[in-house]
Amino acid sequence: MGKNLVGNHIRKLRFNHDEMTQQQLADKAGVTRQTIVALEKGNYSPSLELAFRIAHAFNLPLEEVFFYGENTKK
Amino acid sequence: MTYQEKKSIVSLISAILIFGSFCLYMYPQFPEGGLESTETFRFWGSFVLILTLVSIVAHIMISIIFNIVFRITTNEKEPSFEDELDKLITLKANRNSFFMFIIGFLLAMGSLVISQPSQLMFLILITSGFVSDVTGSVTKLYHYRKGV
Repeated sequence: MGKNLVGNHIRKLRFNHDEMTQQQLADKAGVTRQTIVALEKGNYSPSLELAFRIAHAFNLPLEEVFFYGENTKK
Repeated sequence: MTYQEKKSIVSLISAILIFGSFCLYMYPQFPEGGLESTETFRFWGSFVLILTLVSIVAHIMISIIFNIVFRITTNEKEPSFEDELDKLITLKANRNSFFMFIIGFLLAMGSLVISQPSQLMFLILITSGFVSDVTGSVTKLYHYRKGV
């Protein structure tokens, strides 16, 4: 797809939070597991509201979960 | 493969199967009278109406069966709501789907302008309806796999 400049550390953060499953994070953020999969793959830039909800699920500020810049896709 | 990807594939296959089998069922019933007879118009009218009803009922049934099979095979519950990604993908799928139908509609009107038989107009309209349905499913599948 098009350039996705918003990257995230969701996979790493899930692992650091007692190996939280994608479904558990999805339930906390109020989205489907598919959306968490798409976010982790870098296939989707979330809305600001969802980004805040995910950061809130990890009890972290937004910028520690998401970042903006080139080469965000691994 | 996630629930949404599987559902898009099932939707695509069912659209092709429903349309194909309905066409095969209706083909022998085509009236033998003149091409522009009242009977022919009645045939095309009933074709569109019955196809609409049949495809709605078949899609609902296939969706129910798919959900049951999905639960049994994966022990996973299907998502009970649409989130922002689903809504965005549905919007894109609808846009492409409508675009295809509008092209078909314009082609159908164009066929009348260049004095083609009205049958061709009906054929183009029905085909564009089918193509737009397939386009919607393919767009969903593409965006669920490749991202938005």
